[in-house]
Amino acid sequence: MATSIGSPGVSLSINGNVYLVDADPQTSLLTVLREHLDLTGSKYGCGEGQCGACTVLIDGKAQRSCITRVGAVANKKIITIEGIGSGDRLHPVQQAFLDEGAMQCAYCTSGMIMSAVALLRINSAPQENEIIDFMEGNICRCGTYSRIIRAVQRAAKMMSAYVAAKGAAR
Amino acid sequence: MSEKSNSQVVLEPERYELTAPAPYHFDLDRREFFKFLGAGVVVFSVLKTAAAGQESGGRQWRGDALPKEIDAWLHIGENGKVTVYTGKVEVGQNIRTSLTQAVAEELSVPMDNIELIMGDTQLTPFDMGTFGSRTTPTMNLQLRKVASAARDVLINLAAAQWKADPQHLVAADGKITDPAGKRSVEYAALMKGQQLTEMLPAQDPLIPAADWKVAGTSAAKVDGHEFVTGKHRYPSDQKVPGMWYGKVLRPEAFGATLVSLDTQKADQMGVTVVHDGNFVGVAAPSTAQAEAAVAAIQAEWKAEPQPSNKELFDYLRKNPAEGHDPTGDGDRYDRGSVDPAMASADHKLQQTYKVSYIAHVPLEPRAALAKWDGDSLTVWTGTQRPFGVRGQLAEAFRIPEEHVRVLMPDTGAAYGGKHTGETAIEAARLARAAKRPVKVVWTREEEFTWAYFRPAGVIDVVSGVRNDGTITAWEFHNYNSGSAGIRTYYDIPNQRIVFHPTKMPLRQGSYRALAATANHFARESHMDELAHQVKMDPLEFRLKNLKDERLRAVFQAAAKQFGWGNRDKTLDGWGFGMGGGYEKLGYVATFAEVHVDRKSGDVKVARVVSAFECGAIVNPDNLRNQIEGSNVQGLGGALFEAIAFENGKILNGRLSEYRVPRFSDLPVLQTVLIDRKDLPSVGAGECPMVGVAPAIANAIFDATGVRLRSMPLVPEGLKA
Repeated sequence: MATSIGSPGVSLSINGNVYLVDADPQTSLLTVLREHLDLTGSKYGCGEGQCGACTVLIDGKAQRSCITRVGAVANKKIITIEGIGSGDRLHPVQQAFLDEGAMQCAYCTSGMIMSAVALLRINSAPQENEIIDFMEGNICRCGTYSRIIRAVQRAAKMMSAYVAAKGAAR
Repeated sequence: MSEKSNSQVVLEPERYELTAPAPYHFDLDRREFFKFLGAGVVVFSVLKTAAAGQESGGRQWRGDALPKEIDAWLHIGENGKVTVYTGKVEVGQNIRTSLTQAVAEELSVPMDNIELIMGDTQLTPFDMGTFGSRTTPTMNLQLRKVASAARDVLINLAAAQWKADPQHLVAADGKITDPAGKRSVEYAALMKGQQLTEMLPAQDPLIPAADWKVAGTSAAKVDGHEFVTGKHRYPSDQKVPGMWYGKVLRPEAFGATLVSLDTQKADQMGVTVVHDGNFVGVAAPSTAQAEAAVAAIQAEWKAEPQPSNKELFDYLRKNPAEGHDPTGDGDRYDRGSVDPAMASADHKLQQTYKVSYIAHVPLEPRAALAKWDGDSLTVWTGTQRPFGVRGQLAEAFRIPEEHVRVLMPDTGAAYGGKHTGETAIEAARLARAAKRPVKVVWTREEEFTWAYFRPAGVIDVVSGVRNDGTITAWEFHNYNSGSAGIRTYYDIPNQRIVFHPTKMPLRQGSYRALAATANHFARESHMDELAHQVKMDPLEFRLKNLKDERLRAVFQAAAKQFGWGNRDKTLDGWGFGMGGGYEKLGYVATFAEVHVDRKSGDVKVARVVSAFECGAIVNPDNLRNQIEGSNVQGLGGALFEAIAFENGKILNGRLSEYRVPRFSDLPVLQTVLIDRKDLPSVGAGECPMVGVAPAIANAIFDATGVRLRSMPLVPEGLKA
């Protein structure tokens, strides 16, 4: 959506790109992502921060974009599901979700992956109860929770192995 | 139009799902077909009745006219790519994968070479809908037959080319090979310049399950990459150029009619306002503008007083459906003589079980994008019945069905809750007025309020049993919740089983497993009560009254995995229970281990063991996934899910108010699969759910001595 004259506009850094968006600062980040920027990987599920389908990273932390006002995140670093892989290469968490078959309808999957990425940033080897606590705000109505837990742990191992290999190569 | 869009299209799934399919009328002729598809081979599967009329014609369809009643078809193109067309849809049950496996198996091509076109009313054959766990027993089999016939066509083409005996040629890895002549040809090469149409032969031998190489394996989810990268476009993600966003003004209460309306402010906001009878909606360049305009509309509604969930069960008992004779025999099953058997039983037990209304809560709410082109309408929407929604649209706008195309992108779940086309009609009505494409995505509150619910019910059970544990009499009355799974699989000589339709306090319809969940809850809870009354072990008591070998097998397998015989009965606060049954051609036994803290009231389901049998398994890992998911979803309805309502309003229509299972509710899930390669494959999306609630209720009784007979069992916990 083009910026019109006289409109304040909001500048957003998303997945390394800077966007000038013609939106009221009160608009939710989710609406801006989906409607203004056509970044539809983040999903609407409840509009009240209860289901986690809209989860994105803001300055590295998992946040519910449906209850985040876009005016509050100007100048912050926003990462969405579209921004975590590199080219055709999947992020280890994405790969682990595939390896564990951790989805059915997969509508929750973007939000689950973003929460898991945020968790693994602060805890590189989470125990099952730590995953449950951290991801309690993400709903999978199809009920694939046990697979998601396994996927997060698998991703943690993949990432640790990568870090160790990098360390060894140094 | 407005009456149509707002009227409560009451679904009676128990009967509705048994309706015979209307024949599909194919509009293309042969030449148009190949113009659309490109050269190659097309194989059709034709409905049995239609095939019978064509017997004399042989297998080859030589004229330009195509058979009228096709239920699946497949095309192999000049590039060797296989495209399969089916009216079934993907809502997370993973049939895009399992159907692809079936085709890959019979046609001997890699899964990557196969694409499924699903649920597009213009391209795919008519299909009643994706429900009732019918995809695996019917469509999977149909596609296997179609693929098998296609393989024969390819073999015959190669045989003709080589002047070889087709009997000696082998199809494998996308090639036809002549082992004797040591030559082979790829499918793609055989397709060059071909325009062959083939009708499915009456009988073609299929590859037996014991010899499956692709089917029967845990093939990874087709398009999995699209889902983990967020690239897949669900219905709510659809976008076309020039599209606006729609919002509908909702009445204050169910069944309300509009008394007065003032749209003056909204009219001046640069949006399109539609007022058509009771339908009031807005289309605008953005959702924010549409919401603002709807908020600016002043409306006054009038509604009749309506019952609340507090008087729900009384209401169901006292309000039989109009025109229904409760003594009639439309929904009843009688066997032997119940009354004398009951009178002469050593023990008699009478109990009542209740089930509340619950919501499906598919994580993706209803969504539709509608686009008019003159009098022709195209709608992208998430529905289990694209052809049903096409009919609803045609009726709502009084246009021929041929002018309506409904497409169903793989959708964010349904669980039986997306049979209807409300959102499609709303988007189409707004798009017609706005003269541009319009998308309507329901909010969570709208999905909670204006969709439909799993029927609540009251179930009375009276039974007679001998001292030795033989059940001699069984009387079972279900009010409103439905007749799916109402019959008992226990061997009881005297039975009276009746379904009593009632007036419906809320709009109700299909939900995964339909009434089988309620009926199994009542039956399997009652079995547990009877076992205690005659002081028998609940497993032993069931097996004593059960002859069905397949059902006995799952009970025994689950008991073994659970360690039923060695369970520690001395642990304070811990309890163990079971439930099981037969539904949608599958067999399940579910055992649960619960912990109840009577001080805090916390009830935790610690472990659930399921044994499941559905014939020859098509995809073991996906089957496990479905069973695990059924247990988790079933646990919500068993423990805490319930819709609260009053006077035509939903009181807890948000996720902050309506609790669904979360990570912390997850039990340890253990699944035993019984793979019967000698039996036809059947569905698994529903049956595994029916044992969970009674297993938990029986385990809670075992832990506490408290018998809970109303679902949800412990919405507020279970304090001493």
